Amino acid sequence: MSKILVIAEHDGQKLNQATARCVSCARQVPDAAITVAVLAADPAAVAAQAAQLAGVTEVVTVAAAHNAHALAAVLAPQVVKLAAGYTHVLAASTAFGKDLLPRVAALLGVPQISDAMAVVGAYTFKRPTYAGNAIVTLEAPADKVLVATVRSASFEAAPGGGSAPVRAVAIEASVPAHTRFVSVSAATSDRPDLASAAKVVSGGRALGSKENFELVFRLAEKMGAAVGASRAAVDAGYAPNELQVGQTGKIIAPELYLAFGISGAIQHLTGIKDAKTIVAVNKDAEAPIFEVADIGLVADLFQVIPELEKALAK
Amino acid sequence: MRKILVGVKRVVDYNVRVRVKPDGSGVVTDGVKMSVNPFDEIALEEALRIKERGEAGEVIAVSVGPDDAQQQLRTALAMGADRAILVKTNEVLEPLAAARVLLAIVQKENPDLVIVGKQAIDDDAAQTAPMLAALWDRPQATFCSKIEIKGGSATVVREVDAGLETIEVDLPAVFSADLRLNEPRYVKLPDIMKAKKKPLDVLELAATGVSAAPGLKPVLTEPPKPRSKGIIVKDVAELVDALKKKGLV
Ligand SMILES: Cc1cc2nc3c(=O)[nH]c(=O)nc-3n(C[C@H](O)[C@H](O)[C@H](O)COP(=O)(O)OP(=O)(O)OC[C@H]3O[C@@H](n4cnc5c(N)ncnc54)[C@H](O)[C@@H]3O)c2cc1C
Repeated sequence: MSKILVIAEHDGQKLNQATARCVSCARQVPDAAITVAVLAADPAAVAAQAAQLAGVTEVVTVAAAHNAHALAAVLAPQVVKLAAGYTHVLAASTAFGKDLLPRVAALLGVPQISDAMAVVGAYTFKRPTYAGNAIVTLEAPADKVLVATVRSASFEAAPGGGSAPVRAVAIEASVPAHTRFVSVSAATSDRPDLASAAKVVSGGRALGSKENFELVFRLAEKMGAAVGASRAAVDAGYAPNELQVGQTGKIIAPELYLAFGISGAIQHLTGIKDAKTIVAVNKDAEAPIFEVADIGLVADLFQVIPELEKALAK
Repeated sequence: MRKILVGVKRVVDYNVRVRVKPDGSGVVTDGVKMSVNPFDEIALEEALRIKERGEAGEVIAVSVGPDDAQQQLRTALAMGADRAILVKTNEVLEPLAAARVLLAIVQKENPDLVIVGKQAIDDDAAQTAPMLAALWDRPQATFCSKIEIKGGSATVVREVDAGLETIEVDLPAVFSADLRLNEPRYVKLPDIMKAKKKPLDVLELAATGVSAAPGLKPVLTEPPKPRSKGIIVKDVAELVDALKKKGLV
């Protein structure tokens, strides 16, 4: 039997949806008991949300003032203590999980599987390499704890309806003072979250300016969609960094992805491979994005976006 | 600070369309263009800028890889690194082993700062920086987009999912470079000539005492599932129809 510890990602109040996707991955491991660990200053609210996820056996909480912000160097020694007796330690492959879990794995002296995208067996997972151009199946030794980050785009969020017990635990681990949180500039917006949105409208270098990029924001708003951007658009300052989609940005799997003026470099495509429907609007019929698009339109985006807005308003 | 150590990995160039070997044993690397991992180039550029601001004395480039990785180290020297170290092995090391090798070099060189790329574009694992920081028992700042050194500590801006996070860490520490940390310089011909005279030490992996034995067994490497062929519509009206048919608008 597998005993899986999932490290919850949260902002102190809300459980991140990526954790629910991570729980789905854990549920695919045969014969698994799933524990979600919430480390926070005040874990109650987040723990209550985790307890509702289908498939969760138990929620453990570690309340401590030093857990107010997710600092890998502070959390890792606590996770190592928590991990005793578990066969797997999982977290979402988000900035949070990518920062924390390798530190945990190294402290445990075990290798890590990054970006697990499919469960083949209890100790065998698939993961993408080379920007998604080569999928590797890896087998981890069954006599060691398996540490893995989970690629959110590959798993649906676990549904609610559960009612797992919540248990508070005290951990004696010396946490370092050498790493200190200062601030986070969370761009607050009413737009849907890029990582979990059903629809995403995305813009590339072709938008040409920050002002023009407003076209993308406006269409997204009309459609109730999140906004994404290529690296070129982010580097040029048209869109903030947290909207970058791709190998080094967010990996997403929306129902609908609309790409305007994005050429389709492999580093971008790896971020949208799991989108159900990809629509590409590009004036170059040879642009590589058309090789992956389900619906392509060879046209000038500056004509298409206003027309589309009008057509959708009808 | 005295020294900055930078990790430089030899990887398949980012412009290469990688192909999977028909027998599923890996990807084709014979005759393929190899380069410095782009994120490591950014890491090196940052180290050079810190040195050029007068905040560091020496920049050392370290690579763990085959003998040919000397080419990438020569590129690093041409960019401005003062010296280079190659830990030679023909085995492909997992990030944990690479971190252990870097730790061995760190213990010998005692740098005040280690900067590596946030991920290598071959295995895309993004593990080496946090693993090295853990083994060294020092702070880590991953996905850096801004670094300010302030005596014995540093203020770092990190690219996180929510936006930008600022943290403060005591030195020595391990940083991993994100894309927007800087734009690496181009190497000029005279620098390439100069780089030929800079010291490049080669040592065998065995000398570090680190085992190359993998902890994970690669069972199969396969190409991703291709997407089914799409359609081309001629105008916005057709596009809207197609989206309606799929129930997407
Ligand atoms: C290590 C590394 C990591 C990277 N990571 C990422 C990543 O995570 N995400 C990412 O996106 N990129 C990433 N890149 C960059 C990537 O290689 C491309 O450079 C980038 O995606 C290009 O962005 P773009 O498509 O917006 O711009 P371009 O490639 O310049 O494409 C612009 C497109 O717009 C079209 N166009 C121009 N005008 C119009 C118009 N009026 N109407 C319609 N179409 C028009 C053009 O035909 C062209 O196809 C990475 C690169 C490296 C080296």
